[in-house]
Order: sequence, then C-alpha cells, then structure tokens
Amino acid sequence: MRVAVQSAAFDLGAEVAAFTAGVRGAGAVVSFTGLVRDEGGKLSAMEIEHYPGMTEKAISGMVGEAIQRWSLADALVIHRHGRLAPGEAIMMVATAAAHRGDAFSAAEFLMDYLKSRAPFWKKEIGAGGADWVAAKDSDEDALKRW
Amino acid sequence: MIDVLYFAWVRERIGLPRERIETGAETVAGLVDELRAKEERYAAAFADLSSLRVALDQELADFNAPLAGVREVAFFPPMTGG
Repeated sequence: MRVAVQSAAFDLGAEVAAFTAGVRGAGAVVSFTGLVRDEGGKLSAMEIEHYPGMTEKAISGMVGEAIQRWSLADALVIHRHGRLAPGEAIMMVATAAAHRGDAFSAAEFLMDYLKSRAPFWKKEIGAGGADWVAAKDSDEDALKRW
Repeated sequence: MIDVLYFAWVRERIGLPRERIETGAETVAGLVDELRAKEERYAAAFADLSSLRVALDQELADFNAPLAGVREVAFFPPMTGG
C-alpha cells in the first residue's frame, strides 16, 4: 500500500507503470484520476486544504479496508493539496486484484470514501470571488452501497 | 489544555487555524457551548451544528462524544475530497 498526500504534481503514467510493475500475481490493474474541471471557463483555480496527520491516517484506513475486502494485491492513493489550475490532476487511485471486478469495485469504494471521509476541503476561485465547495447529499448516499 | 483546530470556512469565520483552550467541558457539545459564548465570530461559526463535523484525536466523532483524555479537537465542514 502507498498513500501520498502532497502538493507536487504527479506523473500519472510513471505512477501506474511503477505500481503495475510492483504487483505480483494480479491479473487486473484499475486506475482512476480526478482532474480540476474548468466549469465552462469560469474557474481560474482550485485550492485544496487538508488536515495533516488525519488525512494520511483516514486514507490508510480506507485503503486497508479495500485491500482486505477485495483481496487486493496492492493499492495506491495519491491526493494533492494546495493551489491547482483547471485541467491539473487532483488525485489518483490504483488497485490491483486477481480479476477486474474486484479491482473496479475497490477503486470505486476508495473514490466514494475519499470524497466524504478524507479531510480535504475544496475552494473554487473564479472571476467573481472564491467559494467553498459544498458536500453533496449524493456523495453521502454513495457510501450506503458499501 | 486542549488543542482546537479549525478548517475551511470554520477557520475563516473564526479567523485562526488553531488555538489552545482551557476547558471544563465534558463533551464536544459542552466545548461548543463554551466557544459560542466567547465571541460573536465563534457563535457565527457554530450557529448550525448540522453543517459541521468534528474529529477527536484525528478520528471522526459526534457532538455527544466525551472529551476525557482527548488532546486534539478539530471542527470542519463536511469533507470534499476526491
């Protein structure tokens, strides 16, 4: 398992390649990448605040659960904080399992949990000012299926 | 003494990221009542608890949770990661 919380950009291709090269006995690797949307050109930047210490702990907890539940060979989460421009990658998840069903499910589980259980807060900065992104009820509801 | 941390708009409304507080409160709710009584900016930040979350020593908790033995309390809005 690797969990990285960082302000620096990451190289998606290199991360997926290194992750894939490091897994033994897996038949499937799934990766997901989240990008900063430009909201139709209205967004100039996104600022992501986090809770150092709790962030790493919370993510490691959910990754550990995913590894157990779907018998993953390995899992990786990279999540950035700080100021990001539209189009930049915010985060990525990679999961490796014997078969693709487990790898897809584990990646979706991790995405749902990262959305509302990892202590990050997004602020959208546009021409008209800055606004904290509100959590959606649908994000909370998404946890119920797990 | 307890460390109290604020994040996102809670931090902005109160005007500081963390502080050390001497408290006699037995629960998170009791601590919130003490903070509300301090100053208007605290009362504004804690006006609606349904829009707030709390973590005790970096684990999510609820507002009825006891404070005994807790070193760090954090208040923040619902999380928006991913």
